[in-house]
Amino acid sequence: MSEQQNKPQWAMVIDLDRCTGCEACVAACRVENNIAVAGEDQSARGRSINWIRVERYFEGEYPNIRARFMPVLCQHCEEAPCEPVCPVYATYHTDEGLNAQIYNRCVGTRYCANNCPYTVRFFNFFGSKWDAPLDKAQNPEVSVRTRGVMEKCTFCIQRIRAGEEKAKDEGRAIRDGDVVPACVQSCTTRAMTFGNIADETSEVARLAKSGRAMRLLEELGTKPRVIYLNKSD
Amino acid sequence: MQDRPADAKINADLLRSVVKVGRGWYATVIISALVFASAIGAFGYQLYSGIGVWGINRPVMWALGITNFVFWIGISHAGTLISAILRVTGAEWRRPVTRCAEAITVFALMIGAMFPIIHLGRPLLFYWLVPYPNERGLWPNFRSPLTWDFFAINTYLTGSIIYLYLPLIPDLALIRDKSRGLRRRIYGALSLGWRGTELQWARLEKAVQIMAVVIIPVAVSVHTIVSWDFAMAIRPMWHSTIFGPYFVAGAIFSGIAALILAMAVIRRALHLEDYLRPIHFNYLGLLLLTMSLIWFYFTFAEYLTTWYGNEPAEMAVFNSKVSGAYSPMFWTMVACCFFIPFPILAIKKLRTIKGTVIASAAVVVGMWIERFLIIVPTLAHPRLSFNWGTYRPTWVEILLTTGPFAYFVLLYAIFVKLFPIVAVWEYKEGFAVSKRTDSASAGEPAAAPAD
Repeated sequence: MSEQQNKPQWAMVIDLDRCTGCEACVAACRVENNIAVAGEDQSARGRSINWIRVERYFEGEYPNIRARFMPVLCQHCEEAPCEPVCPVYATYHTDEGLNAQIYNRCVGTRYCANNCPYTVRFFNFFGSKWDAPLDKAQNPEVSVRTRGVMEKCTFCIQRIRAGEEKAKDEGRAIRDGDVVPACVQSCTTRAMTFGNIADETSEVARLAKSGRAMRLLEELGTKPRVIYLNKSD
Repeated sequence: MQDRPADAKINADLLRSVVKVGRGWYATVIISALVFASAIGAFGYQLYSGIGVWGINRPVMWALGITNFVFWIGISHAGTLISAILRVTGAEWRRPVTRCAEAITVFALMIGAMFPIIHLGRPLLFYWLVPYPNERGLWPNFRSPLTWDFFAINTYLTGSIIYLYLPLIPDLALIRDKSRGLRRRIYGALSLGWRGTELQWARLEKAVQIMAVVIIPVAVSVHTIVSWDFAMAIRPMWHSTIFGPYFVAGAIFSGIAALILAMAVIRRALHLEDYLRPIHFNYLGLLLLTMSLIWFYFTFAEYLTTWYGNEPAEMAVFNSKVSGAYSPMFWTMVACCFFIPFPILAIKKLRTIKGTVIASAAVVVGMWIERFLIIVPTLAHPRLSFNWGTYRPTWVEILLTTGPFAYFVLLYAIFVKLFPIVAVWEYKEGFAVSKRTDSASAGEPAAAPAD
């Protein structure tokens, strides 16, 4: 118990006031996490994989119309609906608050994707493939996924592990800046912040107390670890 | 009170298909085997290419595979449940009907249970759902409704096979006594040394009684658990408390319809007009009428409460069914499940063999559509409307849908060749019972050989 309390509890804050919908996070995520390219045809059939996407909603009627952008990734819910429904424990909760997906255990019932209110789970309908020269640009830290398994955002678990190793080597606790997921790193307007929410002094903990803080589909009681800061205007 | 026909005539009539089959039987077997082979081919192609050859996508991760799963498990409630209820309540007219129904259960379950396996992303790893620990001591997740499915369906299948087999034993012995050579040896082994002693009869009656009582809660639990695959999920129009009874009622509804269709075909093909008589279709038609009303009540209650509640996420699904892209299917379903069968079955003049068959065909179609409409519109309308999607089946899914119907026909054709489809001893027993009770309500209407 005490050990678990000492573990960092990963969380992300996304400031919607700052998001311009540029999709740099989407591109960065794709490169970092070896996300397969579906291609035009398969993409039109709803088979593309985007661990993070920028949802665009329009408000108002033309000509008084405004586009609203909202990056959506796996919310790493503390009460994740995807977890209990998996018959083979392919998805489970780590003691660091991550909603983890174990590709090797997955048999592809796709029940988790059906029970995810955020629709952030992606299925490998065919094997993964990369057209040249993308096949030469794979990240060696991330396993590629086989046909018939589910995948989704990991909060860049490879970077979390690296950051934790580094802190351990230096004999100190994890602190802000040790772990920066690819999407956060690439966000041009610094709309995204990542860190240990269990640490009261961390940036995410501070931002999470903002009056603008809200969680997506909060009413479902999933307790997401991604916190949005509402638009103030 | 009608006279009892001679044993020899009953035996000859009911064992006719076992002794000799005609050209029609061979044609049925060959055609259905070919159609089923096309489904096997489609599955082979899917295994080779990946589940991407199905039309499923994100967000519609389940579609025809699970539709067929729920549909066939529903059909399976024809049998055992109806036969068990009729047996437990001592409905004498059941006698020529029960085995026909029990066979439907076993075959429909065999087919239904295939779908969760072939719909997997990695079908060859289906055994990871079997409840034993892997090399790291990890068991399947008992919190998952899919694991519950595994237990429910296996229990029901085992129970149904026992329940089909037990009343078959005296008939197997009858065939044994009438045959020679290898056939005698096989039926001899299958009849477990049945000699028809008092003690054996007493034990058989007891065992059948016990199984009839046990199988009813099992059957109810099976479709409840199937419904919980949906109801446990927090999806709009899935997360509903009514789903358990709604699915069970729907299952019995489609099951009776399937039973009527099967009986009509068997009656004509095996010349059992004296055994499966209009009165049986009349009684089953009344049961179907009752279930049609119950179905309408459940559907009305489910949709009215959703509409009145007016939650945006629920209404997106609701509108897509009632007035949106899925509305042609929705209103076809309502017509097939209620507005077509209800008048046919409610008007006595129309409740003939032909009438009940038309009503049943409509119900089977309607209930298949109902399963589809429970699954796809909900999945196509996730809560975050940015992710709404559509679904269109591919030829692989269509072959995998039609093939099992042929497989069902094939299994049934083989069954009538191997075993009498009307229980010979139960039929004969009916006359003894009716003589004993000697009342019109008990045995007379059904057990008498002619109207």
